[in-house]
Amino acid sequence: MATALKDITDRDTVEHPDSIVVRFAGDSGDGMQLTGGQFTLSTALTGNDLATFPDFPAEIRAPTGTLFGVSSFQINFGSGDIETSGDEIDVLVAMNPAALKVNLGALRKGGMIIADSGEFNARNLAKAGYAANPLEDSSLASYQLLSFNITQLTVDAVKPFGLGNKEAIRCKNMWTLGLALWMFDRDRTPLVDWLKAKFTKNPVLADANIAALDAGHAFGETAEIGHSLHRFHVDPVKSAPGLYRTVTGAESLALGLVAGAQLANLPMFFGSYPITPASPLLHSLAKYREFNVTTFQAEDEIAAICSAIGASYGGHLGVTSSSGPGIALKGEALGLAIMTELPLVVVNSQRGGPSTGLPTKTEQSDLYQAVYGRNGDAPMPVIASRSASDCFEVAIEACRLAVQFMTPVMLLTDGYIANAAEPWKVPSIKDYAPFPVSFRETPPAEGEKLNPYARDPETLKRIWIKPGTSGLMHRIGGIEKGYDTGDISYESANHQKMTDTRANKVLGIANHIPDQDVTLGEETGDLAVVGWGSTYGPIIQAVRRARARGLKVSHIHLRYIWPFPKNLGELLKGYKKILVPEMNTGQLKTVLRDQYLVDARPLNKVTGQPFKISEIEAAIDALLNA
Amino acid sequence: MNDVTELKKLTPADFASDQEVRWCPGCGDYAILKCMQRTLPELGADPANTVFVSGIGCSSRFPYYMATYGFHTIHGRAPAFATGLKLANPALDVWVITGDGDALSIGGNHTMHAIRRNVDLNILLFNNEIYGLTKGQYSPTSRVGTRSPSTPFGSVDRPVKPGSFALGSGGRFVARTIDTAQAHMPVVFRRAYEHKGASFVEIYQNCIVYNDAVYEPFTAKANAADAQLLLEHGKPMIWGKEKNKGLILNRDTQRLEVVTIGENGITEGDILVHDETNKSVAYMLIEMPFPGFPVALGVIYCDPAPTYDDAVEAQTVAVLAKKPAKPDFDALLRQGQTWTVA
Repeated sequence: MATALKDITDRDTVEHPDSIVVRFAGDSGDGMQLTGGQFTLSTALTGNDLATFPDFPAEIRAPTGTLFGVSSFQINFGSGDIETSGDEIDVLVAMNPAALKVNLGALRKGGMIIADSGEFNARNLAKAGYAANPLEDSSLASYQLLSFNITQLTVDAVKPFGLGNKEAIRCKNMWTLGLALWMFDRDRTPLVDWLKAKFTKNPVLADANIAALDAGHAFGETAEIGHSLHRFHVDPVKSAPGLYRTVTGAESLALGLVAGAQLANLPMFFGSYPITPASPLLHSLAKYREFNVTTFQAEDEIAAICSAIGASYGGHLGVTSSSGPGIALKGEALGLAIMTELPLVVVNSQRGGPSTGLPTKTEQSDLYQAVYGRNGDAPMPVIASRSASDCFEVAIEACRLAVQFMTPVMLLTDGYIANAAEPWKVPSIKDYAPFPVSFRETPPAEGEKLNPYARDPETLKRIWIKPGTSGLMHRIGGIEKGYDTGDISYESANHQKMTDTRANKVLGIANHIPDQDVTLGEETGDLAVVGWGSTYGPIIQAVRRARARGLKVSHIHLRYIWPFPKNLGELLKGYKKILVPEMNTGQLKTVLRDQYLVDARPLNKVTGQPFKISEIEAAIDALLNA
Repeated sequence: MNDVTELKKLTPADFASDQEVRWCPGCGDYAILKCMQRTLPELGADPANTVFVSGIGCSSRFPYYMATYGFHTIHGRAPAFATGLKLANPALDVWVITGDGDALSIGGNHTMHAIRRNVDLNILLFNNEIYGLTKGQYSPTSRVGTRSPSTPFGSVDRPVKPGSFALGSGGRFVARTIDTAQAHMPVVFRRAYEHKGASFVEIYQNCIVYNDAVYEPFTAKANAADAQLLLEHGKPMIWGKEKNKGLILNRDTQRLEVVTIGENGITEGDILVHDETNKSVAYMLIEMPFPGFPVALGVIYCDPAPTYDDAVEAQTVAVLAKKPAKPDFDALLRQGQTWTVA
């Protein structure tokens, strides 16, 4: 949780809050995501726990100064466990009037605004819909307002480098970052190193940006302005010993998929088509050729999954990835992977829907699509990641299920997880049990027929034969298969048997996954808050707060959506009430009701923004008092 | 030293699966299947190393009848499956079996991109100018005016020429043959098999139930000699019962013209010689309207270029040359800026 900062006026005082939420906001061309990213790295290197929330428009370069062109990057960092990007902002950096207007509502009363007065001109004020300059009237009286002409200060700082006016102004994000580094007592060296590396080919730009960074920092030290800047020092978090790095969900997912393929002892084939917010996975994996990864940017979503299935047929671990609209296009091919019982991992980085919806905003409204969204009785396992670092674990698990059960697996993540960064205690692949695949290579005995659909009696998985293997030639396809032979069969009893087998194979996965644990709290009580996916952070914090107030509340966070862990039904019976917060209109809630006939109550939000802790805490109170 | 074991000479029976063939009696697909089962042993193909990938439609049942590996996929998407398969195992001989609706309607996009990328696939398009499996609707290759259950007053949209589509997609091998041409078809199959890259073969295939005899004007025995131009690289384009019809390129109009050798002072030396690498003439040969011009058959265009699968492999080799011989996954996990908590 973010602790309110005490008002202080002595410029040399250093405050030691538990956590602080800072939001950098500006035009989509102002470099706010880059500023935020570098500030995040600096925060991580300082040893704070952190969570970030990048929020940007779908347009690449929206018209400057407009409300819809505002891009922001929020970071919550502290000396205790940080699970969310923060309910309220403590410090808002507003690079123009539009950024102030869009973000002011999230700033807590008494919070700090740092504004670039150089951009608060008549034109920009008009674009943001301000009749008067808010920096000059008293409309911001309930906040601590610090405004100075960052644009001019930057231009002055980089003057010696002879940049054009446009290029000079572009350095102002580094000036701002320099000021922020001073405010939060950070070392500038990693940033200087990074700028030098980034601009190796253009040392003048490197020097100019470093000068801007230094100037912002020096401004904090020496500024003679009406009121003082605060200086904060957030103490390092007490983390478990080990080596750490920051990681976004997309990065950790990519690494997890590579790890999964390595543990399965298979080459990986990744077929994908660019789509927001799933593309970073393609970008990451495209770099990993030395780990036996082939990436293929297909002509469309359908070709992406079909090529991955083709590769799985050929003996690779096929993986495909998209967001909701693309997953919809893959539906028919998913049915074929289910019918032919080939392994496949399908990643859905969910975004706001339906249709094109909100491409850059987060939502978890594709659960029905994952569990039910195919023609015919077409069951497949569905698992979900709860955070950036959890993506690594979940990706490995998806690979394991795919090869151990010869089935496509749907892995749900979302736009928030994909882009958000957090510190990660770096694991070693040696910590994970390998699950090497063995292909069928021996031909049937003389006079015996090959049965390509011969199954493991326990897991029901069928054998996997690679084309190119002598003596095992066979045909597979989407028409119903004879139970063992895999030959075309229209026989009615066979279709019943095969439909049941496909369903039972997937349901049987429940015997090969861990029992559901209680994430926080007791195994019985007045209320269980049941969640999945990226709502993990706000739920656990809300439950923590409620428990601190003595309420008998527990948090249960699901990784396995289909099938559910086999103890989940019994576990839920231990609570008087069940609350299911979701960034959709109540999808997990419906599946829980259907599977267990329990009175699961929904808490829904589809604003494109993650839940606030306070929203969930309020819902806990409301349901307990109902 | 190992003994040299003589490879067992395979026969057509070694390429026929135990599945009952379920096409309509008299369907042109039988002739193509027989021809394939006969040709593959002649090419020295290994059934274990051969994969037939198909989409949906009558023709797409083909893989079930071959005693090779086979994958009957979904409508229009066979080229995408085949691309993934070929990238996973470039050593396989991958054949794509498709029809006019499968390849050019629902799957037009994938056909285009497999050809554009020049994936080393042999794509056989069985063109019967009709949807057979869905009971007779017109297709993207049906002629204007085709009456069908979905076009009771005749179709009004203009058909696509498969060969032109392939050439326009950047195809490096385009050929045509006929289901009944049991001597011609194996030659085309051999050329497609030997060509590195996407080989596109259109087979005029008769649908006996829904579009019978649509090709009769140029496929019937009595008409063939005067209606078919059998192309051979480096040979003049001559046909006809009398072997006296030829094509010339009118240099003023830049169009092909039919001439008769021995008339108006035309000699064999005036006749255009088939050059498989001439893409402009290839377009004209594909587009020649019949009747008036003959139907060009054989390898119309062949000009090999690097294949996609080879390029991917070569790039991987180049990238790996710069990386440590034994990649360390844990080192990858530790890339970038890290810090240690004691």
